[in-house]
Amino acid sequence: MISYMPYPVRIDDIVVETEDGSLKTFTLAFEQERHQKAWQHVPGQFVMLSVAGAGEAPVGLASSPTEGERLLCTVNRAGLVTTALHQLKVGDRLGLRGPIGNGFPLDREMKGKNLVMIAGGFAVTILRAALMSVLARRQDYGRITFIYGARTPGMLLYHEELRQWAQRGDIDLYVTIDREAPGWAGLVGFVPTIAAQVAPPPTNSVALICGPPIMIKFTMPPLEAIGWTDDQVYLSLENRMKCGQGLCCHCNVGPTLVCKDGPVFTRAQVKRLPLEY
Amino acid sequence: MNMATINDQITDEIRKEARRLLKTGEVAALIGYAAGSLPMTVKPLVVRCLEDCERLVWNTFCVLNLATYLPEVLSSVETPYDPRDPRPEEPQAKVAILATGCWSRNIVIQIQEKRVDRERVVVIGVGSRGMVSRAKVKALFPEKDILTVDEGDHELVVHGADFTETINRWAVVRDNCQTCAHPDPVLVDIRIGEPVSERKNPHPFQQVELLEQRSSEERWAWFTAEFSTCIRCYACRNVCPLCYCPTCFVDDARPQWLGKSLDAVDTGLFHVLRAFHCAGRCTDCGACESVCPMGINMRMLTKKLNKDVRDLYGIEAGMEPEAPLPLTTFPLASVEFIVADLAPLPAAARIVQPSSEGDESCKHG
Amino acid sequence: MQTWMISPVELDGLIQQWQKSYAVYVPALSKPATAATDCAPGWRRINAGEPWTLPVGPTPASVKSFYFPQPEILMTFHLEENHPDKGVMREPLKSHEMQVVLGVRPCDAASVLLNQLPFTEDPLFMAKCQRTALVGFTCTTRLSTCFCTEMGGSPHHCAGLDLALSPLQNGFLLEVLSEKGETLVAGCKLVPASESDLAVLADRRQGQGATSSYSSQLEVLKACALSRLYDAPMWQELGEACINCGACTFICPTCFCFDMQDEVVQGQGRRIRYWDSCMFPLYSQHTSGHNPRGKKLQRTRNRFLHKLKYFPDRFGPFSCVGCGRCIGDCPVNIDIREVLNDLVRRTELE
Repeated sequence: MISYMPYPVRIDDIVVETEDGSLKTFTLAFEQERHQKAWQHVPGQFVMLSVAGAGEAPVGLASSPTEGERLLCTVNRAGLVTTALHQLKVGDRLGLRGPIGNGFPLDREMKGKNLVMIAGGFAVTILRAALMSVLARRQDYGRITFIYGARTPGMLLYHEELRQWAQRGDIDLYVTIDREAPGWAGLVGFVPTIAAQVAPPPTNSVALICGPPIMIKFTMPPLEAIGWTDDQVYLSLENRMKCGQGLCCHCNVGPTLVCKDGPVFTRAQVKRLPLEY
Repeated sequence: MNMATINDQITDEIRKEARRLLKTGEVAALIGYAAGSLPMTVKPLVVRCLEDCERLVWNTFCVLNLATYLPEVLSSVETPYDPRDPRPEEPQAKVAILATGCWSRNIVIQIQEKRVDRERVVVIGVGSRGMVSRAKVKALFPEKDILTVDEGDHELVVHGADFTETINRWAVVRDNCQTCAHPDPVLVDIRIGEPVSERKNPHPFQQVELLEQRSSEERWAWFTAEFSTCIRCYACRNVCPLCYCPTCFVDDARPQWLGKSLDAVDTGLFHVLRAFHCAGRCTDCGACESVCPMGINMRMLTKKLNKDVRDLYGIEAGMEPEAPLPLTTFPLASVEFIVADLAPLPAAARIVQPSSEGDESCKHG
Repeated sequence: MQTWMISPVELDGLIQQWQKSYAVYVPALSKPATAATDCAPGWRRINAGEPWTLPVGPTPASVKSFYFPQPEILMTFHLEENHPDKGVMREPLKSHEMQVVLGVRPCDAASVLLNQLPFTEDPLFMAKCQRTALVGFTCTTRLSTCFCTEMGGSPHHCAGLDLALSPLQNGFLLEVLSEKGETLVAGCKLVPASESDLAVLADRRQGQGATSSYSSQLEVLKACALSRLYDAPMWQELGEACINCGACTFICPTCFCFDMQDEVVQGQGRRIRYWDSCMFPLYSQHTSGHNPRGKKLQRTRNRFLHKLKYFPDRFGPFSCVGCGRCIGDCPVNIDIREVLNDLVRRTELE
């Protein structure tokens, strides 16, 4: 039986990630041990965060199960519920339902492969979870290329992790911003442009691409030009969703329910769907 | 002459005009009706090619207001352009639309509210003899399945599997049509059939007056019972040519004015606010009442406001394209007065005239 | 299970018997005197001896709201300052009391079984199934809007019912079809149906079953590639005429889309799920403003493809029982029978 009852969780920490304050990362801890014990998730899955009186909103999990018991959710302030979430303080209680969706097949199709992760804007959150999982078992994967772009340096998330990943030496990390900015010495250019310059060949590789539709649209041609095929590329769809249990029908893309059948699909699967996402 | 013959003739003439308009390229589309799949029903149809002209029909069951479709069909025939670019300057394709008295008055309101460009509309006027209420006919035959209904001159012949009965047509004409004073279109480019003369109706608001005479307790009892079965499907709103807010107040999330379930207070508030939003604009076309799957008489609310607007401003909605809209037109000089003092308006301000210079008056669409 | 012969008087006695222990609901044929009802619009609770009538054809309102109430309270909470449980979600009190719905037609009974396919894991829906007994009447009249046989049903079917009553010359054949049905007739002295009466019923069922077009249409649409149906030109005209109200979805016994929301009044909160309609633009609109089904045509198409393609692909049968309510009440006369035929024709054209 499915349940609509959220687990009570406590906010242990809040990090304001971006200069405009629109993105905050919440560190969440289960209030009850049995919920903690039963919890299992894979990167790419999401949860429903709920604030009593405001409602529920789907949020991707930014943390990997390899990082310990607490969960990280980076929330963009956009609607009613996420605005209410942004007003909460450390120690406040909220609800969490999940994990929801299929997640990335890191232990299956992706194991032993070279990984190319391409992120634009705050969609990087679930790729952070994927990368942290991969780094915990680094030997299981081949070469890792991580391309991440934001509008400005101040809009980049996870500064500390980015520094650590750059220092490791076993990740090809490319962080870019849209336009020149004072004090920025890194790459400048849109994600598709950078991807065209640095994308590795497709041999024994899979790509995980998360970002706005326009970024995905322009990132594909340069990949295809060097031989990437649609079944090597994994995308995460977003649609309005309510129940998260494949029942309310809100998130349907034709016959497919994003919450239950996805949100992770190969590009080949997505191409077979009607354009309703 | 037999009614069916008149409607057959009107149908023929509509088809002929539709063919001519499309063939000459005068219009890119025509909004009319096709036959429905059930007795006493018709389907709204947008005709864009000559073959479809033969599907057009006219009968006594055309209860929807076709003006509802006009803005969308107009935009569908425009030259596509990038929203970031300016609107193309060349003249845009025209749309023809069938219109009776009330529908034409709604087109007038669409012109007044800048929803529709007069130059792009070809109004095919058809005088209305009053449209029949399917619900009224069905109510005469409880527990019976009506299979076909033939129109006669002043009667309808109703057939079922095991019965045939003739009923008086006027008795089953919709309430709004029975009290209508302007059955003939007020805006006509092409006329079909004979003009229908204005009806002298000594008691156009009798239904409202009967309610007004009751005590407030009785009126409240009527209101709560009448609207108790509403399922909030919004057919009344969506079928109304006046309801075109991009986001209706019932759908607003921030702030959320109304709850989403079937609370009687929310339901009542929806209907009352919608009626007020139509004040001074409603032509009593009756579409809202005709389409309600629960048979709710929400028309009584708009009818009451029509009466108030007539009494207060001396205006009937949509009679003249050049006339100001009673509740959304005011001279700039009165703005300060309105803001500064919310005291009741003096009698002289009740009927607001547009100032002589057009640019000094403000209009809200 | 047993089949009995019951006279109208005995049936009245039986109903009065139920009213002593259970809430008994019947179709409401006119507006209630007040706004206060303890069930969905279209049904009313009757007390012992109160008369009621069964309309010909499907009841005005479907039985959907007994299983999928508008709204369903998912949980309650307190938001008052200083409340010790501030913000803690609690399950609402659940009723386990049996309710009897009287006057159900075969199409609506079939709808409950269809809705159980997606809701089989939903505890709230299934709890309602547990406590709701359906007492139905098979149909002797088929309305011009009825098409249950085209949807795999029959006016004489009793699937989904707990007790089925089939009218005969001098009474009803009473079929007891479930444990709940057994409970309802327990302790009653009834006359077993005679061989000849049973033969009449069998004969009716023999004559009027599902049409052969049902399975062939179902199979042909399931086998057809979605893009062929999705890109059909027919949607243009349907989408243009459709006013995108929610009438069809709300009166439909098998439409089950819902939305969820928190409501707070003076510090007391509840999380509800309530009926939504894929005809409404906000249904699919993202917070960003992007709308994957922003056009009327897309929404109209979604509703019909959900019923006739997506649902069968996932669960097997069409999500339609052929009650014809939507045909009768659609403001613009969109007729699902025509839509189905057009879709089937589309698969045949090359």
